[in-house]
Amino acid sequence: MLEFIQQLVNGLSLGAIYALIALGYTMVYGIIKLINFAHGDIMMVGGFVGFFSLTIFQTNIVTAMIAAMLTCAVLGIIIEKIAYRPLRNSTRIAALITAIGVSFFLEYVTIFLLGPSQRVFPDTAFPIKAYNIAGLSILNKDIFVVISAVALMLILQYIIKWTKTGKAMRAVSLDQEAAVLMGISVDKTISITFAIGSALAAAAGVMYGVYYSTVNPLMGIIPGLKAFVAAVLGGIGIIPGAMVGGFVMGLLETMVSGYGNSLYRDAVAFGVLILILLIKPTGLFGKDTGEKV
Amino acid sequence: MKKNYQKKIAAFIIMVFMLAIVAGCGGGAKDTGDKAGDKADAINVGINVELSGGVASYGTNAKDGAVLAIEQINADGGVLGMQLNPIIRDCKSTADEAMSVSAALVGEKIVAQIGPLTSGNVAGSTPIMMDNKIPMIAPAATAANVTVDDKTGKTNEYIFRVCFIDPFQGTLMAQFAADNLKAKNAVIYADTSTDYGKGLAEYFKKTFVEKGGTIVGEEGYVKDDRDFRATLTKIKGMNPDFIYVPGYYQEVAPLIKQARELGITAPIGGGDGWDSPDMVSVAGNDALNNTYFTNHYSSQDTDPNVVKFVEAYKAKYNKDPDAFAALGYDAVQLMVQGLKDAQAADSVKLTAALAQIKDFQGITGKMSIDEQHNPVKAGVVIEFKDGAQIMNTRIQP
Repeated sequence: MLEFIQQLVNGLSLGAIYALIALGYTMVYGIIKLINFAHGDIMMVGGFVGFFSLTIFQTNIVTAMIAAMLTCAVLGIIIEKIAYRPLRNSTRIAALITAIGVSFFLEYVTIFLLGPSQRVFPDTAFPIKAYNIAGLSILNKDIFVVISAVALMLILQYIIKWTKTGKAMRAVSLDQEAAVLMGISVDKTISITFAIGSALAAAAGVMYGVYYSTVNPLMGIIPGLKAFVAAVLGGIGIIPGAMVGGFVMGLLETMVSGYGNSLYRDAVAFGVLILILLIKPTGLFGKDTGEKV
Repeated sequence: MKKNYQKKIAAFIIMVFMLAIVAGCGGGAKDTGDKAGDKADAINVGINVELSGGVASYGTNAKDGAVLAIEQINADGGVLGMQLNPIIRDCKSTADEAMSVSAALVGEKIVAQIGPLTSGNVAGSTPIMMDNKIPMIAPAATAANVTVDDKTGKTNEYIFRVCFIDPFQGTLMAQFAADNLKAKNAVIYADTSTDYGKGLAEYFKKTFVEKGGTIVGEEGYVKDDRDFRATLTKIKGMNPDFIYVPGYYQEVAPLIKQARELGITAPIGGGDGWDSPDMVSVAGNDALNNTYFTNHYSSQDTDPNVVKFVEAYKAKYNKDPDAFAALGYDAVQLMVQGLKDAQAADSVKLTAALAQIKDFQGITGKMSIDEQHNPVKAGVVIEFKDGAQIMNTRIQP
């Protein structure tokens, strides 16, 4: 029983990290229907900005995270302007391939500038405290990631549901042309979407870096993929869906490793994705709206 | 008229290219080292190592070790009454270059070649050595297929090495866990995405079971994993005496950190993939206590041969010799042993003698060459103590 609860804790904290990354993924998709495969790499850039602000400028973790979020928000706007905007009226596949191109670009420019080796976060960046409750090991960083993931989701939900910008985002998502006719600046709205999405990725990047003590130029690939699966699992484009998808993914991987065989972890996780897509293609939270013609 | 003019230009351009190629060839030969044939009664030894490029530090250190060995031998009167003449060439850390360097060295009448260092570069040089029937002694190429032809399963007659192959480290660690740590139950948690991890795990299992131990669990992770807590929680429930984690430091360091965070206190062991300063900076000093890994050699070894070697190396180069330097040194010493056994400075006779070497005492341990041209030899176990790498013991198979 104790082992099971420990596995739950393990799964939740892993899931929180997936959820954090999945939030940005799902938001960008929700607004402009683009699977931004560069999301994991923006997360990596965020991780590096956080690393340098902690080590070179000796800031604390909160400042580092804000610095990373601001930098990546700007980066997101630039990427959208240069890479995605010219393709807005071309096919979806063209935009998707461009996203993969941006992903490689970010990875290898970082390798070119900073070298391929990993960087290690200093211990002082986030002093680890372990709480042992009746043989259960819970770390302060576990609590930190779970709370930040939930908080960021709530903030995001608030922005989208209750602010004017959010209203504009939803309008653009529903029908771009009608939104223009209603006097909404589509360009500006999409820029803001990218800024927020990239800032979320950056927050996840710093957290991922602190959580696992290292950053490297290719660190975004695997978590990016897993988070993409989490977003699809929950219903891509739906904010609470990404959250739940992330947690489901984390718990699933943990339980397969813990009670099945660690060698089948990814096979089971991706197998579940295939199953969900077969049974409920819109994801756990998705509503079947029918294809717009 | 116009056509003729164009032809002239074309001819001119071709000539310029030809000149460039010829000049390039000339430049290639003007490397460091003495010209062959300067000394009539010298034995030419080709040293084909990575002095520039990605793994320049491996090659440079191995060359330093080899040159030290040659100088010591020459100072003692040489071999068979002749002096050794090293011809040092840079293979620029690429297999292509290793091949052309070998071809050039063959032209300089070498009796044997030392190097290159990486398995890939050795593979580049192998066909040249095989065709010309000149033995090569690779100091540090650990891939199994360096000395054995993958397709036919036959031993490459002219290729030797002085390092053990990767999986052999599993055998050494199993001996250490069973004999020194008195472990009865072990769990293997291997990097299943690399041959390195799988090979070490396989050999560990075989030897550990032969020693009467039980493998109570076999788990795996893949490259770039960062979260190991689910499996570690499971391993904790198995309550093993020893956990074997063959893999590379990028994954092993966070793995050990998370194991200790979960309250696993059992000793953890691995192979030379752990050998990186990042282990300490990621996992931290405390988490690494009671962890061990196998390696070719340690400069802290108190064996008198090693102490003498370390002193001589430090005096000449003003730095600590690493494993590559020691293996480079041993490669030359093994060749000298072969020359003495063959009683002739002849490549084919030397090859036959090398294949028969038994109980040769090198810096990296006593070794015997087996039928696949791999040395059966000792390794060292290095322990992390408060963030420092301390040599624990030498393991003789």
